[in-house]
Amino acid sequence: MANTPDYHWPPMDQRKVIGTSPKRLDGPVKSSGRAKYTSDLKPQGMLFGAYLISPHAHAKVTSIDTSVAEKLPGVKSVYVAAPAGTEMQYQGWEVAAVAATTEEIAREATRKIKVEYEVLPHFVKDEDLASAGANAKQGGERLVGDPDKAFADAEAVSEGHYGIPVVTHCCLEPHGQVIQWMGDSINVWPSTQNVPGYAGDLSQRLQVPATNIKVKMDYIGGGFGSKFNPDAWAIVGANLSKNAGGRPVKLYLERNAEQMIGGNRPSAYAKIKLGGKKDGTITAWQTDSWGTGGFQAVSPGQQPYVFTNLPNIREVRTAVSVNAGTQRAWRAPGNQQASYLTCCAIEDYAHKIGMDPIEVFKLNAQYAPTARIETYRYQLDKAAELADWKKLWRPRGQNGSGPVKRGLGVAIAAWGGAGHAGKARAVINPDGSVAIETGTQDLGTGTRTIITQVAAETFGLPMSQIKLSIGTSELPADGGSGGSSTVGAVSTTTRKSSMNALAKLYEVVAPSLGAQPEELEAVDGHVRVKGSPNKSLTWQAACRKLGSTQIAEMGENVPRSAQAEGLNTQGAAGVQIADVSVDTETGIVKINRYVAVQDCGLVINPKLAESQVFGAIIMGIGTALFEERIMDAQTGRVLNPDMEFYKLAGIADIGNLVVHMDIRPENDKRGVIGLGEPPAIPICAAVGNAVTNAIGVRVPTIPMTPDHVLAALEGRIG
Amino acid sequence: MQSFEYANPATVQEAVGLLGARWGQADVLAGGTDLLSLMKEHLHEPKRLVNIKNIKELEGIQKTASGLRIGALVTMDELAKNAEVHAAYQSLAEAAAGIPSPQIRHMGTVGGDLCQRPRCWYYRQGFGLFAMKDGKSLIPEGENKYHAIFGGGPAYFVSASSLGPALVSLGARVKLVSAKGTREVPVAKFFVTPASEAAREIALQPNEILTEIIVPAAAVHTATYEVRQKEALDWPLAAASVALTMNGRTVTSAKVVLGHVAPTPWEATGAEAALKGKTITADTAEAAGKAAVLGATPLSQNAYKVTLAKVAVKRALMEAVKTAKA
Repeated sequence: MANTPDYHWPPMDQRKVIGTSPKRLDGPVKSSGRAKYTSDLKPQGMLFGAYLISPHAHAKVTSIDTSVAEKLPGVKSVYVAAPAGTEMQYQGWEVAAVAATTEEIAREATRKIKVEYEVLPHFVKDEDLASAGANAKQGGERLVGDPDKAFADAEAVSEGHYGIPVVTHCCLEPHGQVIQWMGDSINVWPSTQNVPGYAGDLSQRLQVPATNIKVKMDYIGGGFGSKFNPDAWAIVGANLSKNAGGRPVKLYLERNAEQMIGGNRPSAYAKIKLGGKKDGTITAWQTDSWGTGGFQAVSPGQQPYVFTNLPNIREVRTAVSVNAGTQRAWRAPGNQQASYLTCCAIEDYAHKIGMDPIEVFKLNAQYAPTARIETYRYQLDKAAELADWKKLWRPRGQNGSGPVKRGLGVAIAAWGGAGHAGKARAVINPDGSVAIETGTQDLGTGTRTIITQVAAETFGLPMSQIKLSIGTSELPADGGSGGSSTVGAVSTTTRKSSMNALAKLYEVVAPSLGAQPEELEAVDGHVRVKGSPNKSLTWQAACRKLGSTQIAEMGENVPRSAQAEGLNTQGAAGVQIADVSVDTETGIVKINRYVAVQDCGLVINPKLAESQVFGAIIMGIGTALFEERIMDAQTGRVLNPDMEFYKLAGIADIGNLVVHMDIRPENDKRGVIGLGEPPAIPICAAVGNAVTNAIGVRVPTIPMTPDHVLAALEGRIG
Repeated sequence: MQSFEYANPATVQEAVGLLGARWGQADVLAGGTDLLSLMKEHLHEPKRLVNIKNIKELEGIQKTASGLRIGALVTMDELAKNAEVHAAYQSLAEAAAGIPSPQIRHMGTVGGDLCQRPRCWYYRQGFGLFAMKDGKSLIPEGENKYHAIFGGGPAYFVSASSLGPALVSLGARVKLVSAKGTREVPVAKFFVTPASEAAREIALQPNEILTEIIVPAAAVHTATYEVRQKEALDWPLAAASVALTMNGRTVTSAKVVLGHVAPTPWEATGAEAALKGKTITADTAEAAGKAAVLGATPLSQNAYKVTLAKVAVKRALMEAVKTAKA
């Protein structure tokens, strides 16, 4: 191309579509039930799959007999996932599966599969590191500065122990897919966060050329980090289909299996000691932390969180392996835990020296990455203002005269959120119609709407004139939606492909406007000469000049050069404050108000951005107050693999949410930054600190249930 | 779910003729909010399902000379909204309204509330009513934070009934009908601590249908207070229903029944004795709460439920007096 277009975002005051809040494009189809999730699909001839899963936490399959199941009328295919000899490391491990003409027959058939197990010893409890023995593995040691001297010199020292348990993703649409394996080609309709990467992964596992695998997903019922790969159920489903002569098979996890093996957030427990000055400056940090990611051992994230430049640190991290389902990325993996451990320990230090924790956080923001220090200080002040902190905050246990006490707590977050590698194609047709084609997926975050807004802005057209295609493997590949990387990628690829397509159009149109191509701009449905609005053609007239030739131009996001290009970048901060009431007689916690201040660079659609923060807080309040996977030491089982005792928040449990997007020019000029994850990070810490502030004693372990709160109040924990 | 025969009788007489002599032969389907999940989990595998929803005589709430007759098919929502119930049986209305899911309030019936099976997670995972494995109860050393603080085992599950404590405190009876005839049983005796793993936690026999609840008229002040963590679907951690007969401001007799703390609704006789002859104040209510939990034997993880039961009694009493003053 002769001249590389100037891809930069238009200045804040010149944007027409970006920065506005049109309603999400998928709203009407979703709210009316017309949106088809892959679990709603029923292609011609589809069979229903059902799983037999291990009832044992640790066992070896000694024999498996599927003959009775195979003979059951309606059964078309049986597949053994764990043949004799397989050692299974957790309850829920996939043993075998059946495809049948009805769901009922498939389920019935799984009960007719005879499996003999040799039950082996299990270990499922992670809270007590001393009991872990050989299941505890070194996860990393770190020494910075001279913590011994710093503690010896400290004017004040605080100590505490803290815990945040395993929680599950609890996607309302469980993991699974409809899959059809015919000859050497596969059609698959998965529930996935990674449409573009799915075929490649499946190809390797099934030895089918990736070019012969078609992946399609329009809507997903929740992923939160747990739905990237084809997983065992895709392999099993594919084999069931193949064995059934290529009929499509629907295989989704039942709720209990979803809770056992569909992924979870690792736990983190820690003993933490802080030393510092009476003015609030922390000078020394010592942390001994451990946690579990299931059978796959995962240690907690590095501490202190955010305050990474603290001068004296000693930390030991330990990974505990348990016989339970394997962890998966959970909406900012590792960060909730690190934020909880860090922010609770800082709140305890503030209490020790009798200071307002907001002031302690502000002072110690000096240890945050340099570029974020002022952002944190600004956001701490902003959040405090929105929460009426100065008016409402009291030292611990002094807020309220009756049994119900009020408390406020603060916590912080940090996230990357740069755009992943991806491509989009922008198409301009001679009739003036415009299309954006990119193989991304909309997790419900509003990706469709964002892409359309960027294209409309760039082409100077209304959003209704942009036709968008996403969600299949046949489109130019985008990346998986993880790490809050989608918005940065798709906004960049849409912008660049659209600008590239416009440049082509300008080359064709320029002579008739008596101008050079680079002098043209597309604004308000016209192609015109910059600075000479009279020299213009309507969009339709300009496109007619293409004759019969369509323009189709690519745009690419290359992560290593994106920073310099300026369309997307990374590095977001966030501050949240919980305002709670605690009934000290029952230990029940109610959220009065929850404030979130969040930056994410240039915000394309403020309403969608706020919705992401609302969703993150709602999810987070569930984890702060209710959710925990409960393992039984004696049987090795998950005792609450359901939505009855795996307790999720309902709307009446949430309280009043106040979301403030930090859209200041200094953030805007950095470019687009992802947002799905960062607001989900600080909630357990903010709520935990608020409960502690209300009742006067630290409740060490999340969730803030009556048994935990009353145990702290009644001195049943050390 | 196991395949089953489905029967749609139009009368009680017809329905009882379809029941079996032993458990497992037939189950009675009303709202289905519990039964269907039991069947999906293969905890109940009835050969026949007897749908009683078409039996008109099981519907409705009627005021009678001696009190109130509540048909077994009355939904929890109907009960919560019924004017008679509101006027004279506040504790019952509160217990029904306290069920946080509108779906369950609209589908669940009063008969089903009394007959539902325990929510004990060991029971629901197939370890039986006594949660036994290798000849030993899993509960004392297991995950027992939602289990019983009274009774001392071997039944450690808690009665899941929302209405049970209120009905016991009101001296209500249930009518049980079989092909052989009709019997009336006090609700206090309807709930039983099963003596063996094979027994049931209610007095209903496999060949019987619970057809109605009879609540006697009494000049009492009542209230139910449930301690429940969530506003959304959730089970109470502890509850108390109280019924007070008063002479002016003095309690002449009191019934205090705890819920979700024992295999049956648990009559707190200590609290009842502590209240007799007293005026309800914050202090006497507190003392009654303390008396109510004397003798509790909490397990390794549920000492907090003793506190909650105590608070539930105190708050139910204060609530009952509030209605007394009004």
